Amino acid sequence: MRLRCPICGERDVREFYYQGAAVMLERPAPDAGEAAWDDYLHLRENQPGDFEELWSHDAGCGAWLKVVRNTATHEVKSADLAAGGKG
Amino acid sequence: MRVAGKGLIDRNTSLSFRFDGSTYRGFAGDTLASALLANDVRMVGRSFKYHRPRGILTAGSEEPNALVTVGKGGATDPNVRATVQEVYEGLEARPQNAWPSLGFDLLSVNDLAAPFLGAGFYYKTFMWPRAFWEKVYEPAIRRAAGLGALGPVKDEDHYEKAYAFCDLLVIGAGPAGLMAALVAAKSGAQVILADEDSLMGGRLNAETLEVDGKPGSLWVAETIKALSAMENVRLMTRTTVTGAYDGGTFGALERVGHHVPDMPKGGVKETFWRIVVKRSVLAAGAIERHIAFQNNDRPGIMGAGAVRAYLNRWGVAPGKAVTVFANNDDAHRTALDMVDAGVHVAAVIDSRADAKALGDYRVIAGAMVSGSSGRKRLEAVSVQTGAGVENIMTDCLAVSGGWNPTVHMTCHMNGRPTWNADIASFVPTPGSIPGMEVAGACNGAFSTAACLSEGAAAAKASLKAMGMTIADVALPSAEDTPYAVSPLWAVPGKGRAWLDFQNDVSVKDVKQAAVENFTSVEHMKRYTTQGMATDQGKNSNVTALALLADATGRGIPETGTTTFRPPFSPVALAALGAGAQGAGFAPERKTTSHRASVGMGAPMIAVGLWYRPSYFPTAGETTWRQSCDREVGYVRKAVGVCDVSTLGKIDIQGPDAAKLLDFVYTNMFSTLKENRVRYGLMLREDGFVMDDGTTARLGPNHYVMTTTTAAAGQVMRHLEFVTQALHPEWDVRIMSVTEQWAQFAVAGPKARDLLNGLLDETLDVEAWPFMACGPVSVQGVQGRLFRISFSGEHAYELAVPSRYGDAMFRQLLAQAEAMDGGAYGMEALNVLRIEKGFITHSEIHGRISAQDIGMGRMLSQKKDFIGKTMAHRPGFLAEGREQLVGMKPVGAVKQLTAGAHIYSDGEEPVRAHDQGYVTSVAFSPTFGHYLGLGFVQNGLSRHGEVLNMVDHLRGIQTRVELCDPVFFDPEGGRTRG
Repeated sequence: MRLRCPICGERDVREFYYQGAAVMLERPAPDAGEAAWDDYLHLRENQPGDFEELWSHDAGCGAWLKVVRNTATHEVKSADLAAGGKG
Repeated sequence: MRVAGKGLIDRNTSLSFRFDGSTYRGFAGDTLASALLANDVRMVGRSFKYHRPRGILTAGSEEPNALVTVGKGGATDPNVRATVQEVYEGLEARPQNAWPSLGFDLLSVNDLAAPFLGAGFYYKTFMWPRAFWEKVYEPAIRRAAGLGALGPVKDEDHYEKAYAFCDLLVIGAGPAGLMAALVAAKSGAQVILADEDSLMGGRLNAETLEVDGKPGSLWVAETIKALSAMENVRLMTRTTVTGAYDGGTFGALERVGHHVPDMPKGGVKETFWRIVVKRSVLAAGAIERHIAFQNNDRPGIMGAGAVRAYLNRWGVAPGKAVTVFANNDDAHRTALDMVDAGVHVAAVIDSRADAKALGDYRVIAGAMVSGSSGRKRLEAVSVQTGAGVENIMTDCLAVSGGWNPTVHMTCHMNGRPTWNADIASFVPTPGSIPGMEVAGACNGAFSTAACLSEGAAAAKASLKAMGMTIADVALPSAEDTPYAVSPLWAVPGKGRAWLDFQNDVSVKDVKQAAVENFTSVEHMKRYTTQGMATDQGKNSNVTALALLADATGRGIPETGTTTFRPPFSPVALAALGAGAQGAGFAPERKTTSHRASVGMGAPMIAVGLWYRPSYFPTAGETTWRQSCDREVGYVRKAVGVCDVSTLGKIDIQGPDAAKLLDFVYTNMFSTLKENRVRYGLMLREDGFVMDDGTTARLGPNHYVMTTTTAAAGQVMRHLEFVTQALHPEWDVRIMSVTEQWAQFAVAGPKARDLLNGLLDETLDVEAWPFMACGPVSVQGVQGRLFRISFSGEHAYELAVPSRYGDAMFRQLLAQAEAMDGGAYGMEALNVLRIEKGFITHSEIHGRISAQDIGMGRMLSQKKDFIGKTMAHRPGFLAEGREQLVGMKPVGAVKQLTAGAHIYSDGEEPVRAHDQGYVTSVAFSPTFGHYLGLGFVQNGLSRHGEVLNMVDHLRGIQTRVELCDPVFFDPEGGRTRG
């Protein structure tokens, strides 16, 4: 598998560290309540198909990427900086 | 038997080789198989289960029978297919799976017992008694089974990994592949053309067909010459593309040295390639299938296409009287070529009632071969005709049940092939591999003209997809004979008709599986072992599933195929693991004191990728404990020096640096004064402890964080996540500076004296209290000094730019030695920190909360931080949590061991009664006995209790008293003094 790092270009997957669901970007407020935190940390849909996930370009520039990947076919639809528009 | 005037071999280069103890001669261009056939060697191996005599079946990498062991000593390769191994001067090959000899094999008695050894025999027979499973049945089965054996000596062969990139990868260099490569290359694409054979051309080298009005092999030679002259083309012979993976990545195995006589030392035997491509064309060809009939496995019974290949490519007639048995027109070419070459053709037996001779040979239409005879080689076949049974004397039977497209690669990413009734076989389902076009015989297009035009079309489609201009390349003329086949899987009749020659699976076994309700093709496969041999069913799977479909009353498409997975043909683990044997290419991180430490005789131990000194032995010391105890003494009584550069160092700068630290640590750092250091605790977002360490404030917006050696990478990634993804609005930058600073601990009562003899300015006692930090000048070099301690002593860490590290270490050492101190290593460092109750990742192992290690008070109430919400989850506060305690021996047994478990008095030491476990132990020279750290249920409130430590693995039981984990100087007077 290969990922196109927006900073470094297309690279082999072995340069990247896999984190998991991109929901980790949406950190709840400290007082959001048990359900929100449980949801944030533990509950995942795990459906086949397009999935937003986080990768870190560990052996490259260190950028955190938000990747949309089809979990059934491994097709990578997009790879953007996790900072997105916020940066 | 060689046939004059035929073949692409070099008859001027005669080569000598050995097989099964005898010396033979072959020619350059021969495979071991062709040379053995030329020498009239028929029996080359024995089958896996029944040890039946087997001969060469095919002329390619799909060969199931002719597996041999090549080479000697540490350069031995088992399971080499004789059809792939090229002959070279001095080649040494041995048959396998036969004992004591190929001709007389004791285990061939299995064949007599065959009525009892059918499908499922193992499952039914070796059921009971249960005690026999591991002790009796398995060893016996393992001795009998198995293919070639690896030598008992170290593998002396060298293997490599390599990487390649291109626009278009063309897999297979037959007519379709060559045409695809030609069109793409002339259009300017970067092309890799890979073929598993030593000679490109595919079937064009094995047939007498013409291309562009000239012999096919000549057109091949000219095309290869044209391609090799082009700079944008890379031709890879002897290279099997073994797998298709995500993102246009392919694996390929190049046999670099298997054909080289007298391999030079260090010469590479195989290279495993990773090829990344924009597009690919699969032109893998097709594999001829057999027809099952009674005793269809006798040496001399071969594939019709293979017989033709031996004649046309290698100038070998595999028999003096050749008979053909087929259900299609293509196999008649074997008869035509044999007649042309002057070899006697006894008959062509064609199962189709309307079959006609296409040349000067006898056709028996509407007939089938129903059996064979001969001991270790074929002597005659019996033919079932409408009029009865006819016996035909023959020493070579060329069988063709039609051709199966080589669809394997298209299934490597979950694709399933599609049944095509016209050719009675499976073809690739379009789009199975993203970016891959399929062309030629592997797509079910069997005529030369169709292969050439599909190859060109595949290249054009690929070029178009890449947005490249397509060059005008004329399509050469070639035959376009329609492929006529009428399905015939197995000849009805009694006796054993073989499907999988290597695993001895018969038609009866498949039917038996269906009867026992193993009707799914995947179940049938596993029950009978059909297709599980090294050829992975390339020769037999389609036939087997057609028979299963018949036995279960389903159609073939509904029955489906088993799953084809990479690799396409076997890949040695040595090739996959190239560069990983021994130390391999693993990076080694060495501190600036490495050379000095090794020079002092210190054994270096790996800590992640780092190497650190374990201890520094001196004259007269015979055990590591003696050295360690002495080094602990340096620190407790005088001064010790230790390289601590491996700890992660992260430079943090910017107006929001304090905000970042407050967010990633549980405690406050915005309140930390400049020139001061604070211990910090870091949690994961789920509340568990991630890491700990000290962070120094060097300026208003400038901090330097230290992490543990083990978690340096994880913490850096974590900080990147927080700053990039959670708070990109913060104005803060982080940078790992671990490699930039050489840092040394100077610890012990004389630490200040030592530094005062070294620094350009004497340390002011008032300005340098415990946890102070700041810039210092060391003989003109700007360094940093931190008054921190991991030993409980008055201690400092001195950091200088790495280029001064080696000199700094040597000088610190000289000073320390002059003060009755010296260097200390990892063992002493560990003893010192255990005496002081300091934790490492032995304690914070990922299942530990802040409260568990007595640091609940470090969870700030004044701010949000990573892990804050979850750090207060009910589970962390529940009764019975295992909490950090110290332990010391109080009974007759004095030894403590890490990993041992804790039990209460009078309770069985079993899991149900487990009270906790030991994480770290050390013999403390300071106290004169062992000390331990560990976790015990409600441990914080159980100090003073005596429990049992039980190490089940080492058989040690020790009475231990729980206590405060800080054994040494609990008031901290020595640290602050």
